[in-house]
Amino acid sequence: MIARWISEVYYWSAGLWMSWKAPAWLLDAIWMVLAAGFVAIFISLMALYLIWMERKVSGHIQSRLGPMRVGWHGWRQLFADMIKLISKEDITPLAVDKWVFNIAPFLVLMPCIMSFMVIPFGDRLIISDIPIGVLYIVALSAFGVLAVMMAGWGSSNKWSLLGAMRSAASLFSYELPMILVIVSVVMLSGSMQVGRIVAAQYGLWNIFLLPLGFLILLFTSVAEINRTPFDLAEAEQELVAGYNVEYSGMKFGIFFFAEFVNNVIVACMITILFLGGSLPPFNINIPWFPSPIWMWGKVILLIFVFMWIKWTLPRFRIDQMLDVGWKVLLPLAFLNLFIAGGIALLI
Amino acid sequence: MSTQDLIKERLECLGDNEFIINMGPQHPSTHGVLRLILRLDGEHIVEAYPDIGFLHRSIEKMCENRTYLQILPLTDRLDYLASMNNNWVWCMMVEEMLRLEVPPRAQYLRGIMTELNRIGSHLLSMGIFAMDLGAVTMMLYGFRERELIMDLFEMTCGQRLTYNYMRFGGVSQDIPPEFYQACKEFCKILPSRLDEYETILIENEIFLERLRGVGIIDAATCADYGVTGPNIRAAGVPHDLRVTRPYGPYKDLNIKPMFWDEYRSKGPGSGLITVMGHDGDTWERYYMRIIEMRESARMVERLLDGLPEGEIRGKAPKAVRPPEGECIARIEGPRGDYYMHCVSDGSLKPYRVKIRCPSFGNLAVLAHAILGWKIADVVAIFGSLDVILPEVDR
Repeated sequence: MIARWISEVYYWSAGLWMSWKAPAWLLDAIWMVLAAGFVAIFISLMALYLIWMERKVSGHIQSRLGPMRVGWHGWRQLFADMIKLISKEDITPLAVDKWVFNIAPFLVLMPCIMSFMVIPFGDRLIISDIPIGVLYIVALSAFGVLAVMMAGWGSSNKWSLLGAMRSAASLFSYELPMILVIVSVVMLSGSMQVGRIVAAQYGLWNIFLLPLGFLILLFTSVAEINRTPFDLAEAEQELVAGYNVEYSGMKFGIFFFAEFVNNVIVACMITILFLGGSLPPFNINIPWFPSPIWMWGKVILLIFVFMWIKWTLPRFRIDQMLDVGWKVLLPLAFLNLFIAGGIALLI
Repeated sequence: MSTQDLIKERLECLGDNEFIINMGPQHPSTHGVLRLILRLDGEHIVEAYPDIGFLHRSIEKMCENRTYLQILPLTDRLDYLASMNNNWVWCMMVEEMLRLEVPPRAQYLRGIMTELNRIGSHLLSMGIFAMDLGAVTMMLYGFRERELIMDLFEMTCGQRLTYNYMRFGGVSQDIPPEFYQACKEFCKILPSRLDEYETILIENEIFLERLRGVGIIDAATCADYGVTGPNIRAAGVPHDLRVTRPYGPYKDLNIKPMFWDEYRSKGPGSGLITVMGHDGDTWERYYMRIIEMRESARMVERLLDGLPEGEIRGKAPKAVRPPEGECIARIEGPRGDYYMHCVSDGSLKPYRVKIRCPSFGNLAVLAHAILGWKIADVVAIFGSLDVILPEVDR
C-alpha cells in the first residue's frame, strides 16, 4: 500500500519533470538523494531509540530504573548525550598514525549505512532490490573487520591492538557459519534477492523449516556485532573498551552509533532470512495495517532478545570463543546445509 | 631496583612476539589501584610484576602519633569492606594488653555485626567478580542485598561503610528493637536469593569453562606466599581462626570444617560449618564465598537467638595506658587472617603498630598464579583472590 503511494508520487513527479523538459537523470538523482536522506534520518532515530531501549531494558533487568529525569522516562536522554559528545574536545594522541586513526570511525559507519540499501522497510519498500542482495550485506560486514583493525592499530596503544586482534580473529571465524546458513536459505528460496526471499516465505516462515539454521544465525549474529557473550573485543573490564579506547568526543560517538546500527542490520537479516520479513504471522490480512510495523516489530523483538542475553550472561575467553566458532558452529552449519538441500529437493 | 629499571632490563631481553604491557593503576577490574606489569607472549603471560604502593597512607606511622582510642577510626579504613573486623582486632589487642573484661552481650553483638559484615563483603566480591567476567547484572544484585545489610548497620550505629562501632571493653551502641525483626527477615531472604545466584552462576556453561581448572593455587603455594581465608580453604587446608583459635562468641558456636561437595549433598546438619575445597581453582574459591555467606547467615541467626541480656560495655579506663610490652591479636576476616602487633612503651601512644592484612599475601600469589594463563584469566584469578588494595598498601 505504501509502495503504491510512493510509486504514484514518483510517476507524478516524472510527469511534471517531463513537462518541464528537464534532464531525466536529474530527477533520478534527486530521488536518490531523498532516499539517502530518509535512510540517514531513519538510522539516526532508530539507533537513538535503541540506545534508550537498551538503557531501560538493562536497568530493569538489573532491578533499577534507567534514565528517568530527562523527559518522560528519559526519552530525551539520548539527545542530551549526543549534544555532550559533540561538544567534547577531540583529543588525538601524539603518536597515532593520523590517516588510519582518523578515517577508521568513518570506515566503521560506512558499511552500516550502505547495507540499508537492500533492507526492506516494508512490503516492496526496498530502496534498491539488487539481485545479489544478501551477498552485498555479507560483503559489507566483512568490511567492518578492516575498519576495526584500523582503529586498533592506528591508536598506537597496546590495549587497542589486543582488542583489534581479538576482534578480527573472532569476526572472521564467525563469518563462515553465517555465510553457510545464508547459503542454505538462498537454496530454499532460489534467489539472493531480498524481495524474493521474503516472498518465498509466504505461508511458512523459514524458521520452521530450518530451526537449526536460525539458532546458528542467531549466535553468529551476536558474535558479529561484538555483544556479550562474545564481546571480548571491547570487554570493558579487561581491555578498557578495547579498540576504541583512544577515541574521544564525536569519533567515539560514531563507533557507538555504528555498533547500534550493526545491531539493527543483523536483526534485519535474521528477520528477512528466517522470520518472514514484512509478512504477517499466519498470513492474517488486516486491511490498512502498514506492513513496516510487522517488519520492524520483529526486528525490535530480536534486538530485545540480544539485550536480554547481553545483560545476563558472562563472556567467553578468546580461545573458547574461537573453539565454539570453528568446532561447534561450523559443523552444525554444514549439517544445516545438508538439511536445507534435502528440503529444497523435496519441495 | 626501581620498577623503571626492572622494566628497562626486561625490555632488553624480549623474545619474538613478546611485549610488555601495563595493566595500569587505572583499570576497571583491578579492585583499587594496582599496577600489574605483564610480559606477554601473544595473549599468554610469561612474567608478571605487581607494583603496589599507590594507596599508601602511612597508617602505621600515623598510629604512632595517636592515642589508642584515636587509632580506632583509622582501623576502619584499612579494609573498608570488613570494617567491623578491623575494629575488633584493635579492640581485642587493647583488651588483652589491659586485661579488660568484655560482657557476653557485647561479645555476641560483635559476632553478629562481624558476620553481617562478612556477608556484605562476600556479596560485593561475588558481584564484582561476575561483573569482571561480563555478567554486569550480578553486581547490581549483590548490591541489592548489601543495601539490606547497610540498612541494618545504619539502624545500629548510624554509618553505612566505616562503622567505628566497637569500643574497648564492648561495643558503642546497643541494637534498637527493630533490629531483631529486620535481621531475622534478612537471614530468611538471603538463602533464597543465593539460590537464584547459584543457578545463574554456578551451573552456567560459560562460567564453568572460564573458571574450572584456571589458576590453581595449591596448599603449598598458599603457605609459601601467606595466602589465607577462603583462598587457602579452597586448596583443602582447614585453616580458619574461628575454628583453630576461637575468640569471642565463636567459642560457643563450635564451627567445624567440611568439604563443599559434602556440604552440597548432605547439607550442613545442625552444626555450623566452614567450607573447604579440593583443588584450589578459581571456581572453588568463588563458590567458597557463596557457601560462607549461607553459613554466616545461620551464625547470625544463632547469635541472635542466644543473645544474652546485660551491658554492652565493660569497664575501660578513660586514658588507655598499657604496660610496656608487646601483644598480638588475630581474627578471621572475610579475606583471611588479620593480625595486629603492637609494641607499647607505657605511654598514651603506642610505640609501633604493625598491621598484617590478608590481601597482601593474596596479592603476592597473583604473580605466581597467572603465569601461563591469558589476559582474560588474569581478571578472573584476581577477582577470585578477593584483594582489596587499600589494605595492601595501608
